[in-house]
Amino acid sequence: MSNWALILYCGFITYLTRFSMIALIKKEMFNDRIREVLSFVPSAIFPAIIFPAIFINDKGLFEIDDNPKILAAIIAMIIGIFSRSIIATIFSGLASYWFLIFVV
Amino acid sequence: MSNLKVFLKGIIDVSPLMIPVVPFGLIFGVLAIDIGFTPIETMAMSLIIFGGASQIVLLQLFSGGASSLVIISSVGAVNSRHLLYGAVVSEHLSDLKLVWKIIISYFLIDQAFAISNDYLKKNKDSNRYFHLVGGGATCWVIWQSTTLLGIILGAAIPEKLGLSFAVPLTFLALLVNDFRKFINVIVIITSGLVATLGYNYIPFKAYVIVAALAGLITAMILTTKMKKNE
Repeated sequence: MSNWALILYCGFITYLTRFSMIALIKKEMFNDRIREVLSFVPSAIFPAIIFPAIFINDKGLFEIDDNPKILAAIIAMIIGIFSRSIIATIFSGLASYWFLIFVV
Repeated sequence: MSNLKVFLKGIIDVSPLMIPVVPFGLIFGVLAIDIGFTPIETMAMSLIIFGGASQIVLLQLFSGGASSLVIISSVGAVNSRHLLYGAVVSEHLSDLKLVWKIIISYFLIDQAFAISNDYLKKNKDSNRYFHLVGGGATCWVIWQSTTLLGIILGAAIPEKLGLSFAVPLTFLALLVNDFRKFINVIVIITSGLVATLGYNYIPFKAYVIVAALAGLITAMILTTKMKKNE
C-alpha cells in the first residue's frame, strides 16, 4: 500500500470514530458499563507503545543491561506522578536520557 | 450570546490545554521526516487524520515495518475513545443539520471534548455547539502549525539526540493521572508485558492490538470483581 493510501485509510477510520456516534447513535445506547470499560482504553493501549520502545532495541532484541532508557523512563514517570504535568514528564525524561548518554 | 462569542469562549476555555499539544506536534513533525515521510505526506497526516496520539502510533508501527492493515486497525483502536465522546455530545447536536454534524465531527478531539462537555451540559442555548467548534479549531491551528515547525526543524535535528525516545515519553505523559489508580496500574502492566513479550512472536506487528485487548479484558475482570466486593 502506498503512503498516501495508508494516510487516507487512517484518516477515514479516525473520522468514522468521530462521526458515527454523532450521526447514528443515541446516548442511551452507551450504558455505564461500556463507558467504564472505554475509559480504560488509554491505559490499555499506550503501554503497548511505551514498553517495547523502552525495552526492545533497534534490532528487535530485549535489552535490559546498559539501557539508559529504563532509568530515564522511571525518572519521567516519578516526575509525572508528582507534577501531573505532561510537559514536565516529557522533558524530565529527555533530559535524564541525554544526561545518561552524553555525561555519565 | 452571539455565535461568535460562544466560539471565542471555546477558544479561551481550551487555551490552557494547548500547551502540551506544542511538544507533541513538534515531535510528530520531526519523527515523520526522520522516518522518511515527505514534508507533504507529513502535513497531510496532520490535516487528514488530525489525531496526535494515533499519528505517533502510525509512525512507530510504520518504522517497525508493520503491515498496513495492522497500522490502520491500531490507529482505529487508539481513536476508539472518540466513539465515547461522540455518544456523549450527540444529544446536544441532534437538532443540527447533517452538514454541521459532518463539520463538527472533524473537530471532536480530546481537548475540545474535555472543555465543551461541561459547557454543553450547563448551557441550553441553541448555538452552544459553537463552543466545541471554537475549542476544536484552536487545537487544529496549534496542531498544524507545530507539525509544520517540526517538519522544518526535522532536517536540522541530529539523529544522535535519540529523539525517538520522545515517543514512549509522550505516551507516558498521557498516563500520568492513571498511575495513581490501582486498576489502571494493573492494566498498564498487563498491556506493557504482553506487548514486550509478544513483540517478536505476535505476527504482523499486531502486538499493539493484542496487548490492548489483554489490557481491556483485565480491566473488565477487575472492575467486575471490585463491584462484587463492594
